[in-house]
Amino acid sequence: MLTKEETHNELFTMGHTGCSGCAQSMSVKMIMEILGKNTIATNATGCLEVFSTRWPESSWKIPWIHSLFENSAAVASGVEVALKAMGKKDGITVLAQGGDGGTADIGLQSLSGMFERNHDVLYVCYDNGAYMNTGYQRSGLTPFDAYTTTSPSGKESFGNQRPKKYMPEIAMAHRIPYTAVASAGYPMDLQKKVKKAKSITGAKYLQVDVPCVPGWKYEPKYSVKLAQLAVQTGLYPLFEAEYDKIISVKKISKKVPVEEYLKLQGRFKHLFKDDAGRAEIGKIQKIADENIERFGLI
Amino acid sequence: MKQVLEGSMAIADGVRMAEPLVISAYPITPQTHIVEHLSQMVADGDLKSEFIMVESEHSAASVVLGASACGVRTYTATASQGLLYMEEVIYNIAGMRLPVVMTLANRAISAPINIWNDMQDAMAVRDTGAIMLVAENNQEAYDMHIQAFKIAENQDVMLPVIVNVDGFVLTHTFEVVETIDDIEKVREYLPPLNMEYKLDVENPYSFGTLGEPSVYMEARYNLYNAMNFSRNVIIEAAKEFKDMFGRFYGGLTDSYKMDDAQTVIVAMGSVLGTIKDAVDELREAGKKIGVLKIRSFRPFPEEEIVAALKNVKNVIVIEKAICPGKGGILSVEIRDSLFKHKINSVSVNGYTLGLGGRDITPKNIHDLVARAEKEENVDGEFVGLSQQYL
Repeated sequence: MLTKEETHNELFTMGHTGCSGCAQSMSVKMIMEILGKNTIATNATGCLEVFSTRWPESSWKIPWIHSLFENSAAVASGVEVALKAMGKKDGITVLAQGGDGGTADIGLQSLSGMFERNHDVLYVCYDNGAYMNTGYQRSGLTPFDAYTTTSPSGKESFGNQRPKKYMPEIAMAHRIPYTAVASAGYPMDLQKKVKKAKSITGAKYLQVDVPCVPGWKYEPKYSVKLAQLAVQTGLYPLFEAEYDKIISVKKISKKVPVEEYLKLQGRFKHLFKDDAGRAEIGKIQKIADENIERFGLI
Repeated sequence: MKQVLEGSMAIADGVRMAEPLVISAYPITPQTHIVEHLSQMVADGDLKSEFIMVESEHSAASVVLGASACGVRTYTATASQGLLYMEEVIYNIAGMRLPVVMTLANRAISAPINIWNDMQDAMAVRDTGAIMLVAENNQEAYDMHIQAFKIAENQDVMLPVIVNVDGFVLTHTFEVVETIDDIEKVREYLPPLNMEYKLDVENPYSFGTLGEPSVYMEARYNLYNAMNFSRNVIIEAAKEFKDMFGRFYGGLTDSYKMDDAQTVIVAMGSVLGTIKDAVDELREAGKKIGVLKIRSFRPFPEEEIVAALKNVKNVIVIEKAICPGKGGILSVEIRDSLFKHKINSVSVNGYTLGLGGRDITPKNIHDLVARAEKEENVDGEFVGLSQQYL
């Protein structure tokens, strides 16, 4: 537990304009607790950049730079080489950050380049499964059957037609030293992974599941619960990999049917209307079951 | 030391003398030889830089952006499509007031795809907030790169500088270039970069923050002002270079045989060599003709242009890029400069030629001079088209 004083000493401070219940800001705070003040951060365009740096205010007590939507990894590459060129890299962590769109869609090329060149950079993808900053449009990481403003449900559709792109495996395919998936619902697990990433030289990828109150359409009090349910259903497997090998998975303590997770969220409410919708829930359960099987979650 | 150098080698050697700590690039013809030479210099230990070959021009510009924000001297180079791909980042570099220097090996834009020289690529970034200088020959390209860092890094400027060099015509052509032997003299001319605001864990700042309507215009105004101020800095950098190294090409513009000239040809880049030869012939034939060279396209040398052209009859502008739906680009800006100063006695004729690497010959210049005497305010008309392809 942090004292009030310690809270004021945070490197990612209060006073930003993130939504109440925002799991992304919770995760940033937890990540910064581990990375410490000798960190330089880059940030893709997105919610985090907008709500934490309304000029002349900033929530960042570390050097921080936002450039564009798709180049967070490339800017971080530049920061890393500049530090090396100056002989100042030792003891400094370079953190690159982006949302799921800035990471897996528009930023995938620059991220792949950073991985392939194996810069000493920790890339964190805050995955809330859509372009929340622009008003909840679908991304390549939007889950199957989720309603977004560009994958709406209707007479002819149950929402997003495609399953989520499996971004962590794309990272692993680069044979980078460390890839991990964490969740805002499991702070100790998240911080343990950040700590490990910090200790490894080379490119690291960390993807964090961060529920989004307005995008997922749920009551703010459920942010942590939903993040936990995503893990306990098998829909969001948490694991660690070194190079292309998975080295640990977070086991599911008690398997929960996906319905328990879906029913709390407005973005899935169209699945609860009729039998056809219920059949779709069966398909989502199948995705969860396949994850459990593939990653050995039970 | 006098050497016979390929333009790309002259540029790479000029960059080497400036000692950038971070270089990042992605290959595109006709920029490739420049970055090949630089990577060889790094491999041989002749240049102590981090050389990062990235996966795209967008990332090349982003890498130098990130490195520059840390307070180190940076360099990149591109051409044509590569420039268009990094354009978003160039706006961003300028907006964040980072003194990145880059070479643009000027090349046509697709479609049709064409790897040869014109200046359409440069025109696509004229409003980014980057200073845009244009070199006439390999010697000027060498010298201009050293000057570019000095201009970019001036505390009252802090803007990226794009050095334009004609693709192939300069980048792949060998000329005698006098290189500087004593790097200490360059260090004296170009002191180490000292940035007031940078990414530093001891003194943390936030860069690239959200500028709401209440502050955005002021931020843009500051950039606009810095660009205007850079006029003096470009001129001073040229003069100081002259004092230390003996070579001078004018400030924002340069004049050739302008005394008593009634007809003036205005151009940028390597075509000036051809124009000067043609003008020599025309002068010998008794024609009162001169040349005005644009050395700085951004900032635009309005005052110099007005001073040089206000008393002439005919101006011929060589347009190596066009604005479909309007006409010439350079001629429009020249006409506007004269109009603002209430000078309406000058006929400004923009002629489009040399697109996609088509040769501009001395005969072209002779023909234009003859035409301009009969025409008035031509707006970027195409010259020398083959009827069979129209």
